[in-house]
Amino acid sequence: MRKGPFLPTAAILGFAFLYAPIISLVIFSFNENRLVTVWSGFSVKWYGELLADPQILGAAGLSLQIAFASASLALVLGTLMAIALVRFRRFRGRTMLAGMISAPLVMPDVITGLSLLLLFVAMESLIGWPAGRGTMTIIIAHTTFCMAYVFVVVQSRLVDMDISLEEAAMDLGATPFRVFVDITLPIIAPALISGWLLGFTLSLDDLVISSFVSGPGSSTLPMVIFSKIKLGVSPDVNALASIIIGVVALGVGIATLLQLRGQKNPVGASASEIM
Amino acid sequence: MSRTPEPSTSVPRPLKLAEQALSRLGVSGRALIIFAPAVWLTIFFLVPLAVVFGISLSTKQFGRPPYSNLLTFGEAGTVQLTLHLSNFVKLFSDSLYVNAYINSIKIAAIATLIALALGYPMAYFIARASDRWRNVLLMLVILPFWTSFLLRVYALTGFMRGNGVINNFLGLFGIEPLIMMQTDFAVYVGIVYTYLPFMILPLYTNLVKLDGTLLEASADLGARPLRTFLAITLPLSVPGIIAGTMLVFIPAIGEFVIPSLLGGPGTLMIGRVLWDEFFSNTNWPRAAAVAIAMLIVVVVPIMLMQRAQSATVER
Repeated sequence: MRKGPFLPTAAILGFAFLYAPIISLVIFSFNENRLVTVWSGFSVKWYGELLADPQILGAAGLSLQIAFASASLALVLGTLMAIALVRFRRFRGRTMLAGMISAPLVMPDVITGLSLLLLFVAMESLIGWPAGRGTMTIIIAHTTFCMAYVFVVVQSRLVDMDISLEEAAMDLGATPFRVFVDITLPIIAPALISGWLLGFTLSLDDLVISSFVSGPGSSTLPMVIFSKIKLGVSPDVNALASIIIGVVALGVGIATLLQLRGQKNPVGASASEIM
Repeated sequence: MSRTPEPSTSVPRPLKLAEQALSRLGVSGRALIIFAPAVWLTIFFLVPLAVVFGISLSTKQFGRPPYSNLLTFGEAGTVQLTLHLSNFVKLFSDSLYVNAYINSIKIAAIATLIALALGYPMAYFIARASDRWRNVLLMLVILPFWTSFLLRVYALTGFMRGNGVINNFLGLFGIEPLIMMQTDFAVYVGIVYTYLPFMILPLYTNLVKLDGTLLEASADLGARPLRTFLAITLPLSVPGIIAGTMLVFIPAIGEFVIPSLLGGPGTLMIGRVLWDEFFSNTNWPRAAAVAIAMLIVVVVPIMLMQRAQSATVER
């Protein structure tokens, strides 16, 4: 096929559009000036200020705990769901389950947040649990949308997997449980890792749902960042953003490598299975 | 790495015990596997939607919780059900809600079209790139997709602000600063910027499977590149276009962060209205009614997505 200049130009412009704001944010996080966009000299003082801010550190710690718990719970539930829907061809309510697992992927955050909050309030007045809202209710909410993402990633891996390996183990007398632990689990391990990482980052990133279901004293990192941005520009947010972007870039790099080594089609293929 | 483990000669003790325990309980592993996620989703996804619907039929009152009970229990064991349609009546009679509703759909639709126009050539370029480049470019698309949404919107504010990067750059050429922030324009830019990877990835997955021989055949028969594109590539990529469009359009309708950080006070979007109803006015029943109204718009696209999703599972 003849290659015109149109495609490369469009691609370069597109990537520039995606990256220019992020790159400029990282550069200006090293700016000495309080006026974030006026360069006056190199400095790491905003990073220092950030590390001395107990509110940000506390929120970051809380967010990491919530992300760890939600990603881990979602990993278990999402994987079980993927096995159920890929391996069990016929059971009652299968179509319903398939619908329920993929709906949170596209459900607007405000609806998810509001509906879970109203559920928690209604449950509290009916059965007294959960008593008030806070870390626990955020974990439940995050687990619910993260399991949908874990499901998508694990599901595409299970579909790609050679089922004859499981059949061979079964023929050799292994029980279904042993087949799962010895055969299936090692094969889908890369998908489990990227599913967990995806859940972890999504939980860490969530602002809207957390705002609805959190309680007094349980402000997550995005909630603190949002209120800071609302008040005006603060250079320490730039420093914080740069740290987060750096960590994410590292994480995505590792996850992509794992996926590329374990799978014929790269991570993009499974990420886009989201539809 | 996908290698099969060494066959072990002895079953690890904990595994054996777990298996025995399960079979003694008389539950099949199959039922257990389905049970846990199904119960979770029912309680924390399905029931909440029903609760929202219920509360949308109640009215605001002072107290905790700040809404009236639908069911009131009388002394002689009587139960009275009180439903209020006032919230939904308000949605149709108050121009604030109607405008926010229409405006959200308009903004989401236009932003989706812009994202398609920008994302399609990018996806096509990546799909046609050499193997090595393809993986690098794909990672460049996925990276922002994993990076904090909130921080990417924040990065845009630094870019478009009055004394931001763009205006500083234009200033070098003596061009007057442009007012970009707090406008609908900024909201369009924000949606396209944050959701572009969701458009590119499904388009890429579709375009990379495109059979190159079809394009060659078309070229051999004398078709110009544009003709080949319109007659072959575009029709074959329709599933990718639908998937990408839905992935951008649906969440964009309910977007709260982008209109609230980039838009002006006049940028009415339904997600922002819901947020204000809930947090500023503490009118939970009204917010619930807004949510139900929003669900009605997104439910058809969501069903389309689910059909595509179950088709992938059946594969």
